[in-house]
Amino acid sequence: MIYLDHAATSWPKPPQVIRAMADYLDAAGGNPGRSGHRLSIAAGRIVYQARETIAELFNAPDPLRVIFTLNATHALNLALQGFVQPGDRVVTTSMEHNAVMRPLRALEAQGVQVTVIPGAPDGSLDLQDVANALQEPAKLVVLTHASNVTGTILPVGVITPLAHRAGALVLVDAAQTAGVLPIDMVEMGIDLLAFTGHKGLFGPPGTGGLVISDRIDPALIEPLVRGGTGSRSEFEEQPEFLPDRFESGTPNGVGIAGLGAGARCVLERGVEEIRAHEIELTRVLVEVLSGIPGLVVYGPRKMSHRTATISFTAKGRRVSDIGLRLDEDFRVLCRVGLHCAPAAHRTIGTFPEGTVRFAAGMVTTTEDIYAALTAVEQVVTS
Amino acid sequence: MSLDGVVLFHTSSAALRAEKICQRAQIAVKLVPTPRELSSDCGIALSFAWSQLEEMKTLLAAGRVDTAGIHSLIRARGAVT
Repeated sequence: MIYLDHAATSWPKPPQVIRAMADYLDAAGGNPGRSGHRLSIAAGRIVYQARETIAELFNAPDPLRVIFTLNATHALNLALQGFVQPGDRVVTTSMEHNAVMRPLRALEAQGVQVTVIPGAPDGSLDLQDVANALQEPAKLVVLTHASNVTGTILPVGVITPLAHRAGALVLVDAAQTAGVLPIDMVEMGIDLLAFTGHKGLFGPPGTGGLVISDRIDPALIEPLVRGGTGSRSEFEEQPEFLPDRFESGTPNGVGIAGLGAGARCVLERGVEEIRAHEIELTRVLVEVLSGIPGLVVYGPRKMSHRTATISFTAKGRRVSDIGLRLDEDFRVLCRVGLHCAPAAHRTIGTFPEGTVRFAAGMVTTTEDIYAALTAVEQVVTS
Repeated sequence: MSLDGVVLFHTSSAALRAEKICQRAQIAVKLVPTPRELSSDCGIALSFAWSQLEEMKTLLAAGRVDTAGIHSLIRARGAVT
């Protein structure tokens, strides 16, 4: 089997991740932050260690500003719904996933002004368009670090100073990039970073988070969910300190144990090394796919401008047929369709049919790539 | 060494952070359920030897750990003779 769907979720997970999850349930199964007994404290230590690992990975100044959520979507909703109010202006891009677009459209219906910067057909942004959109004041700029359709990397570090000059904070959707591109919140000027745990960080589904920079007063963000935190239990109001303000209810401790172990694997292997491996495979994919007659490959040609996620279509073939044959006849697993990102597909001209998406990962080999390419060639020429 | 001092925290995450910082600095500490006579801010507190109070304060400040107070257990329990 050739798994080329790492942009959806990474598979298989490293053995350390599975072991950490089993160990959590076996030896540390108390409720973290609630009771004071040894199993509760053991669980708390594992969850806290995961905060430190995530903070180290993203150069976040304070592990207590790592808020664990169910996924990147949950983190983005927390930031968007918690920070933006009617009358505010939000700037975003046409390459966003629905995890950004849907909450924004709902906020728009409540009186938030939403400005969408149009992307080029390869998914890239013209910095003049960004500057123009930021001529007027804005409360927030929200953008993906890299497209989940074309792999196009958006220049976050160049956009943040422009956003800050316009009085806006910057929320970055790192669902596609955490673990596969270097992310330094301080150097890149990121105020809020939403990440998922189950893709490039090799954690299980049901993990993710929002990292809040120390430039932001957490009291300015309303929680999505309120409830028990194990702290300040004599009060019926939500606490303002972190991470409790945004982490009500028993956390997904077993998932966070896996996430922490996965993020540790990434740190040990090195994001740069993972990136180099993935981009080498992607270079081969893009070159060979582009040479197959009738095939159109989307996204930037320059490898430095993209992640390992690539999209293509084949003239006269339905993407769903290609996906089905790749799976059934060649055991090549990928994702076809709109990838929950209709705006991005409109930008690159593939709406409503969508594309076939390949995304290599840390464990993908060169042999996998050549086998997948042979499969594509046979599917689209037969 | 008797762990007759206790640091209180707003959140258990801070208590766990403090525990790690102290262990790295080789200061004897133990996470314990927060003594009810002191606070119910969060479920766990960090006990330490009161004789190391100044060292503890310095470490916590350097590690930017927010506390909800530092107490002598002996004094809190009225056991001072």
